[in-house]
Parts: sequence; C-alpha cells; structure tokens
Amino acid sequence: MALATRTDPERPAQKGPRQRPEPPRKPARRPSLIGSVWRSTVGKKAVMAVTGLVMLAYLAAHMFGNLKIFFGPGEFNHYAHWLRVIGEPALHYEWFLWLVRVALVASVVLHGVAAYQLSRRDLAARPRKYARRRQGASYATRTMRWGGVILGLFVVWHILDLTTLTVNERAEPGHPYQNVVATFSTWYGNTIYIVAMLALGAHIRHGLWSAIQTLGAGRPHRDRALKIASTAVAVVLAGGFISVPIGVMTGVVS
Amino acid sequence: MSAYTAYTTGEPITDTKAPDGPIEERWDRRRFEAKLVNPANRRKYTVIVVGTGLAGGAAGATLAEQGYRVVQFCYQDSPRRAHSIAAQGGINAAKNYRNDGDSIRRLFYDTVKGGDFRARESNVHRLAQVSVEIIDQCVAQGVPFAREYGGLLDTRSFGGVQVSRTFYARGQTGQQLLLGAYQALSRQIAAGHVEMHPRTEMLDLIVIDGRARGIVARDLITGEISTYFADAVVLASGGYGNVFYLSTNAKNSNATAIWRAHRRGAYFANPCFTQIHPTCIPRSGDHQSKLTLMSESLRNDGRIWVPKAKGDTRPPAEIPEDERDYYLERIYPSFGNLVPRDIASRAAKNVCDEGRGVGPGGQGVYLDFADAIARMGREAVAEKYGNLFEMYERITAEDPYRVPMRIYPAIHYTMGGLWVDYDLQTTVPGLFAIGEANFSDHGANRLGASALMQGLADGYFVLPATINDYLARHPHGEVDPGHPAVTEAVAEVQGRLARLLAVDGDRTPDSFHRELGELLWDECGMARTDTGLRKALDRIPALREEFWRRIKVPGTGEELNQSLEKANRVVDYLELAELMCLDALHRTESCGGHFREESQTPDGEAARDDENFSYVAAWEYRGSGGRPPGEHGQGTGGAPVLHREDLAFEYVHPTQRSYA
Amino acid sequence: MRLTLRIWRQRGPEQPGAMTAYEIDGISPEMSFLEMLDTLNEELILRGEEPVAFDHDCREGICGACGMVINGQAHGPERTTTCQLHMRHFSDGDTIDVEPWRAAAFPVVKDLVVDRSAFDRIIGSGGFISAPTGSAPDAHATPVPKPVADTAFEHAECIGCGACVAACPNGSAMLFTSAKVVHLNVLPQGQPERESRVLDMVGAMDEEGFGGCTNTGECAVACPKGIPLQSISMMNREFLRASVKGGGRNRG
Repeated sequence: MALATRTDPERPAQKGPRQRPEPPRKPARRPSLIGSVWRSTVGKKAVMAVTGLVMLAYLAAHMFGNLKIFFGPGEFNHYAHWLRVIGEPALHYEWFLWLVRVALVASVVLHGVAAYQLSRRDLAARPRKYARRRQGASYATRTMRWGGVILGLFVVWHILDLTTLTVNERAEPGHPYQNVVATFSTWYGNTIYIVAMLALGAHIRHGLWSAIQTLGAGRPHRDRALKIASTAVAVVLAGGFISVPIGVMTGVVS
Repeated sequence: MSAYTAYTTGEPITDTKAPDGPIEERWDRRRFEAKLVNPANRRKYTVIVVGTGLAGGAAGATLAEQGYRVVQFCYQDSPRRAHSIAAQGGINAAKNYRNDGDSIRRLFYDTVKGGDFRARESNVHRLAQVSVEIIDQCVAQGVPFAREYGGLLDTRSFGGVQVSRTFYARGQTGQQLLLGAYQALSRQIAAGHVEMHPRTEMLDLIVIDGRARGIVARDLITGEISTYFADAVVLASGGYGNVFYLSTNAKNSNATAIWRAHRRGAYFANPCFTQIHPTCIPRSGDHQSKLTLMSESLRNDGRIWVPKAKGDTRPPAEIPEDERDYYLERIYPSFGNLVPRDIASRAAKNVCDEGRGVGPGGQGVYLDFADAIARMGREAVAEKYGNLFEMYERITAEDPYRVPMRIYPAIHYTMGGLWVDYDLQTTVPGLFAIGEANFSDHGANRLGASALMQGLADGYFVLPATINDYLARHPHGEVDPGHPAVTEAVAEVQGRLARLLAVDGDRTPDSFHRELGELLWDECGMARTDTGLRKALDRIPALREEFWRRIKVPGTGEELNQSLEKANRVVDYLELAELMCLDALHRTESCGGHFREESQTPDGEAARDDENFSYVAAWEYRGSGGRPPGEHGQGTGGAPVLHREDLAFEYVHPTQRSYA
Repeated sequence: MRLTLRIWRQRGPEQPGAMTAYEIDGISPEMSFLEMLDTLNEELILRGEEPVAFDHDCREGICGACGMVINGQAHGPERTTTCQLHMRHFSDGDTIDVEPWRAAAFPVVKDLVVDRSAFDRIIGSGGFISAPTGSAPDAHATPVPKPVADTAFEHAECIGCGACVAACPNGSAMLFTSAKVVHLNVLPQGQPERESRVLDMVGAMDEEGFGGCTNTGECAVACPKGIPLQSISMMNREFLRASVKGGGRNRG
C-alpha cells in the first residue's frame, strides 16, 4: 500500500484518479444575456421553446388559411393572392410573406440547431443503456427527436411540392387550389402528408406542454390543465391540416 | 476476579477547565479568557475534522469561515449523508417563543435531571445557553422549520417535558439541519477553505510529543493509506451504538475513530451509558441488518399491550379485551404509556422474557391504535401519524389502521464517548471530540430532541470558540513525516489490514459482528446483571481470539473492499465491547440508560447510588482488558485504569425519579 | 423464495463490466432488497468470491446512499429507496436485473457503486445561503408565510440519491438542481443570492456533463421523495428571470 504524506498547505492535496481537475476560474465578468442563455442547457431549451411557439403560431394561421379550401377554388386562390399583398402599399409585393419566411427560417434553424446540440449532449450524458428499461421510459424524447427529423424532411418536401412546385408534376404556378388537389390525388402525397401531420400532432402535444415547462410556467396544480390544453391544440391543428387531404380524397374538395 | 474484569484506579480528574463563579457567566468568562489567534495567522493553522454530521459539518464550516484551513473526512461518498440525517423528532431550544415558562435555566434543569444527574453542570448550562443561537443560525441558512400561518416558527412538546421548546421540520428535522450544515460546508469547500476527503476513513491518530498532530486514513476507493498532519484534530465521528450490530445507527457508522484515539491516550468516559429507544420496528428474522425507529410520539395515542397468557399465538383481533395486559397502564397508572424511554423499554423486555412477546421470535409488543381510531376517528389519526403508519406498512406490509403495530426497543444513542473537558478537548492535547463522539452533556440518559441541539452547539459555537485557545497556545510547527510516531502509526494500520486479509478463515465479518451484538444485547442491553456482564467479559476475549483465527476477508487492500472495511471496524467493536461491559460491571448502581437489576427500588425502578457513583468514569487504555500482549497488537497487557471525575451539583439537586 | 439475479459486475472504473448471473435461494419476503444482497454477499465471501459492492448506509430511506437500477427502474418497482424496497414485491422464481446508476457524470467506481460527487460540486457552486455562523438575526425577525415554508420544505426533502439522473434518458440532473434552487430561492433568506444561485448552479450542472431536460418526467417518477417535475419549471423560470435581470454568476 502506497504511503503519501501531505503536509504542505501550499501544495494542493493529491487527488485520487476519480477526482477531476477544478475548472479554471474565469474572471468575474458579467456575461452577455444571449451568450449565457445560449451556452446553458436551460437557456438553449428556452430558445427551442420560443422558436417552437413562433412556429406554432404560424402553423395555427396556416391551418386556419388551409380550411378556406372548403369554400372553393375562387376563395382559396384569392386568399393565397392576398397573402402576397398584405401590407401594401406600405410593403412591397410579397414583402410580408418574406418577412414571415425569414422569421420562420430563423426559428427552424435555431430550433433545429439547439435540438441537435442538446441531443448530442443528452446522448453523451447517457452513454450506456440499461439491460432492461422501464416500459415507455423515453417515449416522449424519442417522439420529439424522430418527430422533429420527420417534420424537417416534410417541410422540405412540402416547399418543393406546393411553394416551388418542383416535385408536383401537374402543378401550375398561380393556381394553389388546383395544386393542392393535385398533391392529394396521389397515394404517396396523401401518405406523406398525413403521416407528417400525425407526427406534428405528437410533436405539439409534448412540445407545447414542454415549452411551457421550459419557460417556467409549469406548476403542480396546473399541470393537468396544461397537458389537456396541449393535447387539444395538437388535435385541433393536426385535425385541421388532415381535413384537407381527407376532403380531397372523399371528393368534398375537387 | 478474572483477568478481563480487572481494572485499576488512577488519579481522579480534578480540572475540567470549567470556570467557576455563577453558572450563567461561565461560558462568557471562558470565551473572554480564551486566547485568540490573529485573523491573519489563522490560515497557517490546519485543523482536521473527522466526520461531517451535525457537529463535524458545522465545525468544519465555522472554522473555515473563521479563516482556518480545514481538512475534513467522511467515509460516506458525500458529506451530506452523515447519520445525523436520520434524526426525526426535533431540536430543543430555550427560545420561549410560546411564553410557556421556558428559560435557559429550565432547559438546563431538565437536561441535568433527564440525564439522571450524571452530567457536568457547567457543560449542560452552556448547552442551554447556546441552544437559542442555533435556531437563529439554522433559520438564516434556510432550514425550512415548520411554521404557523402567521409565518412564525412552530414548536411542540417532546419527550415528556412540560414546555413546547422543540423546533421541527416534519419528521425530518435531522435531515434539514444536516443539509443546512452541509450547504455551509459545501460553500467553504468550493471556496477552497475546506479540503474535503469523502470516502476516506480515519484509521489511527498520530500523537507527537504528547499532542495530536494528524491522522492516518484510508482512501476507501483506492485503498491508499495516507497521513494527514494538522495543528489540531477534531473527532466528530458519532457514537458507537453499532457495537450492538442491530441498532438504529446507519450500517457503516462505526467507533473506529474514537476507539483508535482512545488507544492513543484519550480517556473513554461512561461507555456503559447507552440509550434504548422503545418504539422501533421489531426484527423480522435473522437477516435483519438494522432497526428502524418510529417517532416516540406514537405513544401519545397508542396503547401498549401483550396477551396475558404465555405463548398466545392468536391474531391480536381474536384476543378478547380481558385477556390483554396493558402492562404500562397497569404498572404505571399515572404515566401509563408515556413513561420515559428506559422504563418503557425495560417493561417490554420483561414481558417478552416472560414469554408473552408477540410476532416472529416473540420479540415484540403491540402498540394499538384501535381505541384512538374509535375516539378520534381514522382521519384524525391519519392526520397525526399518517407518515409513520405508511413507513410501518412499507416495512412490515401490515396496515396499522387494522392490525396493531408491533414494536420493540432498540439501541439508539450512546451517551458515553471520549472524555472531554469544558473546552471539548480530550486528554490528548490538541484532540477534540464533539457531538455524539464525546460523552459530555447528556449524563446517563439523553432527552428527546437534545442530540441535534448538542451536535450543533458543539460544532457551530463551542468548539470554534475553545479551539482558538489551544491553537493560540501552540504556534504552528511542521510535522516531520519521518517522525517515528508517524511511521509507527502507519505501520500499525497497514499491519492490521494485512493481517485481516491474510487470515483467510471461514467466517464473515458480519457473522462475528452479529454474534457480538447478540451477546451485548443480552448481557449489556436494557438490563444488566453482575453474572451476565461477567459472562460477556468472558466471552468477548474468546470471540476476539476466534475472530483473528477464522475471519475471512476476500479481495485486496488496494481497492474498494467493503468486507475489509467491515472487518476492520469489528476489530474495534470487539475491544470496545469489553470496556463497555467492564464499565457496566463496575457501576453497580442503576442510572438513566444503565439499569443494573441488583440496584432497583422495591417497585422496580432504577435506584441511583449517589453516594458511590456520582462521578464520570473516564477509562484510560492500557491494553485490552488485561489481555496479555498477543500477536495481534491488542495491548500491552495492562488493565484499564479508571479515573473518576466527581460531579458536583450546585444548581440542580439530585432527586430520585419516580413514575409510579 | 428462489431468485436469479443478474448483477452488473465491474472491478474498477477503467475495467469492462458485465452482467453476471447468480442463483440465490432461501430469500424471505420480509427482507429488504439490500438484505437480500447481504445474504448473497455472505455466500459469495464463504465461496471465496468477491462480494457485490454497493453503496448503502442509513437503510431507512433518508441518507440517499443506496441506489441501483432494478429491472430498469431506479430503486426498483416501488416509489421508495432501494433500502426500503422489500422482497415481497418480487415473486418466487423471478429474474432480477440489477445495474448501477448509469450516467456520464456518475462514473462507475465498482460494481453498483458510482461516483456522485458531481452533486456536491453543484451544491458548492451556489446551493447555500451565505450566513456565516454567528451572523444570524433572531429566528423570528423574518416571518415566512406557511405556504412558502411548505414549498421550501417539499423541495428541501431531496436526499441526493441520484435516482433522477439514473432514470432520465438524458442523464440530466435538472430535478436535483431545481429542488435546491427552489428550496432556497422561495425563502426570504435566499433572496440576496437568488440570481447568482440559479445561474451558478445551472452552470455547474452543465459543466459536470449532465444532459439537458426533455421533460420526459422519468425523474419525478423515480424520485423516492416525490419532488415534482414542475420543480424544474420553477428553476427554468428562476434562470430566465436571472438572465433577463442580468444577474452575474459568482463563480466561473
């Protein structure tokens, strides 16, 4: 057995292999708000919550607009045109739409980057799995991670399909109603869309409640209410979106 | 007289360093007369603190705040886990917030009387004085004591006293107080003022030129044996209740630090003063590893009984009222189920010895809430005792709302410990003992909610004041790591561990510990007799001899080896047990937790013998119980030497307790 | 009872580990889980094998020393500590998997023993109220409304066992950290350090390599003391509030 002698108070005590070196003390400087928030897991999660809420607000408006499809091509196409002229004459043609797009892209990027960084960290923090795991233990986490990836891919397809019309074979610029009907006339269009919207519902169900937790509004006495409200929002949004392909499939919209 | 029951009598202890004069002024006088260390010089001094419970945690934090360099140890993986955390009931303080007639004087009086007149008046009075500051300190740290709707602190009456002076945090007062001390300590660790060594166990004391100058400790993870040097050493390592194997102590609580200090010259005082708690959950079988205490408050509403007939194995519900013996109510009509801890415990033992005990092995009595539920309603009972009932049900799988609880006494606290003077210094200069590790303030019996008070008083206020005086009188000097005393201590520690590993016998450390514990419980437990103690004193050396022949410790010393840790602790229990029995044998009176069957009043109460035993028995180590020096380094062959510290009672005059 | 135990055995931090099976008989339903392991260890010692190393101390559910993942659940199937889990919750013939807490910030020391000192460093970074001994005003100088005192107490109940980290799929220490932040930040005595406390503690938590919170709620399910998941939300609020107020960290 080794014998170590520790007498000198100036010399730091020898440490066993299990102790880690002390993190270097940085000078006491007030860190910037953005920097300190982005660096910490809690702050990064708050960024995800805020950007998630921004996207959720957009989706609510988007879903509301989509429902106009049930009033026929005239009204729907007119609505689509109006989106481009909002704010005129103060704003130029499509400026509002571009502002929204920039905000959305920023949100998606921040949301995605934060999610990616946090996920990497989370996976590193639990390098080894248990031999047996509790039933449903990491259900929400997996839903969010894979759901997020699915939604990211869907957004790309969705833009190529109905915004740039790149992958929509029978699409014609300026005729959004007909383009939507075209998309939902194919089996794969319906499948991709409905699966993505179900993923969206699941994502929102946990994500909205989670965002509220992250932003600090969760309390034991209101937890049930918050969970019900998140589920309701998820159901309404996903249901609203899915009603469109169902409308096309059932012939209500044609 | 067998060799193991022999002892010699040495010089009495006359100077306890307690100032004289009016008792109210003694603490102030001592503090004023104590020399101080210049604040700028304090960081040159190193103080070792062993243990991080209420006493050790508080002392480490406070000494570091004062500017000393503290090096602290605990065997647990974190200082937050010390066993103070398990204290349930509360902490006494003479705040008199209730305006119910409490005062420092009354707390002092209650404590001396509760200790059955075997404590030092000066110390107890200081404890009562300091109690007031403890509550202030803990509240400032954020300890969430129970509060009333007005936002002020709630208090309750506890342990049979007539004033409500017990502050509490639900049933987790110890936890909350400990976390307060731990947080203060953590702050000092992070600031670099305390060098904390968790999972490190003190295995010996280094005494150089008659002064405590350091310790030998083992890193429990790597097995590395290291020496640590200091200007003073403070032991806050708790009591020795685990000598009984089954107790309410934590499994790893141990007596090694104080016993090694005793072997290095610190006197051990009143080892036979152990406290038994009457309301523990009985053992359920031979596998039992420890006992769990339930708050004494249960006796406020529960009724204790056993069947009248021996060997009655019917379920309790089938035993008719007139075949039940509510023995406490029968024997003590005025106090009934609320008699003090020791009386309730002994009465339970007596009925079980008569063969009327209930549950597995007949080691239990019923604590029945049927009447309380009928009288107050189930709701009210749940409101008051719900968490205790849940705990009971979790452990026993019996629903106490329907089936009476089974309870049995268990070892809970040890009033004895290292002898200390008024400054909490042991007989080895520079070695201090605080908290349960010392013997000081509780006499022969501790009152409920006083252990937390004493631990924090010693740690926050008393030691940090008195240690200054010692340090100021002993300017810092380096220890030569090659000093023969250092190498000798290290060699002894290493030799002992090597021997434990080398025996390779056929019995586990636990099997010896269990056997020793059963022997002590039978012969040196709730009731002690001359014959029984002599039997134990005969058996213990034989068991020790067998231990060194048959112990089996797998693994090596250079790794985490929990069997080695256990075995090494059992070695010390096997020696301490002997001194405990010897002390119990020599004290032929009954007092407090020490009940000698030969010394009782006609109605079966403990009969004190103030004429002959109004003293603290401080034992000096001279080898283990007169055992000849053996290959196991168990002693130099001398019998223990008894030094008496006579107790003078100037303020509280001894009276005989009576609860009949 | 007769049981098959599959226990994680690992000699040291750097050595590889593996699940090792043991048959054990004669287990009483009255035993605690740790007493069952004691029984196994006594047998192993007599057989000349190394007993299973595990942390334990008070064995009454308050010190927080014990902790193992039993059949994938931190502290096993009951909401209590391992020491208070009794064998009556298992059946004769069961196979029981026993593993150490798994998290990067809790490296395995040996068998079922892990190093939880990261928790101590989190507390040291700000989990206290700076009130040096002797400086305290009278305990009644600041009344604390009962609901506030109760909230503080409920969070102060944390025993630091680490089950929250073990149960969290991300190995996150948010529940542990939030319990202390909320305990001290709601009390009037904790106000002067309110902002620095949460910023420092969250910072220390991140530096120790714990994962982030994804609100799965596993921690609160595993917590033997019932610290609520919303405790984390309350800490998030404290963190954002402190960040917005521009409270500086005291350390690093």
